[in-house]
Amino acid sequence: MLDRAFSGSQKYYRLLMALLVFMGLGFAAYLFQLNRGLTITGMGRDVSWGIYIAQFTFLVGVAASAVMVVLPYYLHDIKVFGKITIMVVLPYYLHDIKVFGKITILGEFLAVAAVTMCLLFIIVDLGKPMRLLNVLLYPTPNSILFWDMIVLNGYLILNILIGWNVLDAERKGVPYPHWVKPLIYLSIPWAISIHTVTAFLYAGLPARHYWLTAIMAARFLSSAFCSGPALLILLAYTVKKYTKFDPGQEAIEKLSIIMTYAMIISVFFVGLEFFTAFYSQIPSHMHSLVYLFKGLEGHRFLVPFMWLFTGLAVFALAMLLNPNTKRNEKKLKIACAAVFFSMWLEKGLGLIVAGFIPNPFDQVREYSPSIPEIMIALGVWATGFFVLTVLYKIATSVKEEVA
Amino acid sequence: MEESRRSFLKLGGLCALGIGALPVVDALGKTDLPKVMNDPKALVGKRWAMVVDMKKCWEKGKPGCKDCSLACHVTHNVPEIGNVKEEVKWLWTEPFENAFPGQESHFMPGNMNEKPFMVLCNHCAQAPCVRVCPTQATFKRPDGITMMDFHRCIGCRYCMAGCPFGARSFNWKDPRNYIKTELNMTFPTRERGVVEKCNFCDERLAVGKLPACVEACKDGCLRFGDLEDPNSEVRKILASQFTIRRKPELGTDPSVFYII
Repeated sequence: MLDRAFSGSQKYYRLLMALLVFMGLGFAAYLFQLNRGLTITGMGRDVSWGIYIAQFTFLVGVAASAVMVVLPYYLHDIKVFGKITIMVVLPYYLHDIKVFGKITILGEFLAVAAVTMCLLFIIVDLGKPMRLLNVLLYPTPNSILFWDMIVLNGYLILNILIGWNVLDAERKGVPYPHWVKPLIYLSIPWAISIHTVTAFLYAGLPARHYWLTAIMAARFLSSAFCSGPALLILLAYTVKKYTKFDPGQEAIEKLSIIMTYAMIISVFFVGLEFFTAFYSQIPSHMHSLVYLFKGLEGHRFLVPFMWLFTGLAVFALAMLLNPNTKRNEKKLKIACAAVFFSMWLEKGLGLIVAGFIPNPFDQVREYSPSIPEIMIALGVWATGFFVLTVLYKIATSVKEEVA
Repeated sequence: MEESRRSFLKLGGLCALGIGALPVVDALGKTDLPKVMNDPKALVGKRWAMVVDMKKCWEKGKPGCKDCSLACHVTHNVPEIGNVKEEVKWLWTEPFENAFPGQESHFMPGNMNEKPFMVLCNHCAQAPCVRVCPTQATFKRPDGITMMDFHRCIGCRYCMAGCPFGARSFNWKDPRNYIKTELNMTFPTRERGVVEKCNFCDERLAVGKLPACVEACKDGCLRFGDLEDPNSEVRKILASQFTIRRKPELGTDPSVFYII
């Protein structure tokens, strides 16, 4: 199947070349970072995690949700969907899951690309990347990071195995191998686990008040369930435009309904944080939110971004609550972009940085990413999209052949 | 083709032989003698702790005295990076309102809110940094010291997010260019990309010396001892004077106490 990645249109090659340019720039910036150390980033002793870890957190969500929404298709195929716990998450779509059939593979391959980016973002954030394997050499079950390493790598392998084998079976016109079935079962709780464990990275730290909230995992899952489908819809439209493979309007509409619900819940959850902080009036609970939305002690670097998040979220909700939006490609695309970008601002920028502000000494030390840091982040994104492009090329080629 | 298969098999056989010989080498190399002998003079304790007598420090100490932190930073080759963002600190001062956030008020005597407090790693009994470290590069010693292995640390900085006291410093750049004091050849310098912090001078305890800061303070404001030993100096002070700890509500059980 891999050969299909090497025969494509000029547009395909041009896209790959463009991504390679960004990857190259990012790699050059990374060499600079390897040479000088993390001093070239905007991070410091007070805000010790920056956009690398924030991107990682956001992309875990994309990876988790991309599979969660499309997996029921497989389960339907094996005629056991009714008993699966995923029912709780997706109440009635399960009864109508056939429509997801065509985009399943898009979801799985999106997950592969997203997890690849997650792992790369962890690696570029390490002070001693050459010692990475110490995590395996000295396994430490009391560290959430250890579990995150396990669930993320496991999820990557699961998705590659499932996606590849199902696609290969489709190409040959035969049912997928029987050993894939248990893996599909496994990948459902696994998808929830990657995001829950990632939320636990933050939600269990004693003095980071902004993160110390029991609904952190729930917030992560809900925001993932809107940003993931948003990206998936945009990708489905792109695939439809540039290939002969049509993921199907019905699937896109169903996805947009999932996205709408998830977006409402996400915004609601952010509101819950506001209530607890401001009704209780506990300073440490309020500080990070004040910093994000109003500025603290004259520091307001993130304020415009957070209001942009608010504006985009309200705009997206207003659009999505109108049932006509999901039937209008152009409007739906705009709504998806608004959902994706607003959730990126909230989770891929504000959430992680604000956890460090104010610092343990109750001082405000701001963070803004440096140019090389942004270049490295862009390079990782480009790498992810390179992987995604190649995988989607293979998938759509197979789909075109079979059709 | 035949030739390359032959050489491949030969190479494979050689490798197998090498792996097979490994246990023999191990067996021959093994001795019953301990590799490290503990110094008989070493100070031993179950939970090392410190009492910082700030009252005495303000009353008796000469203005601007930094003997303790200087001694600490000289002993441990702590670099002087020179900017707030990337500072490396083991023992330093913070105003009361920063060291004890949430406890300041406008009505306290004098300029209490601005009074300097010595801050350092609290060597918490329930250390969050130890809990979160994915490689056990930060670990708890049997004597209660929260220890750093500079050679195992992968530089993920999870411990810095976990520490409620801002006691941990990351080497954002090569610290060796910034060691302004005379190099102490008996203590390792650090590489770029690892986290470091106060180690309660475990290397000095091992040879029977008190921590460098305790020794350096001529006014006796820093007291060091075993919290588990009822007859230790720190226990006697704690039994006779009112002391406070930083952020006790977080349940980390800090081992550094303050007299004000």
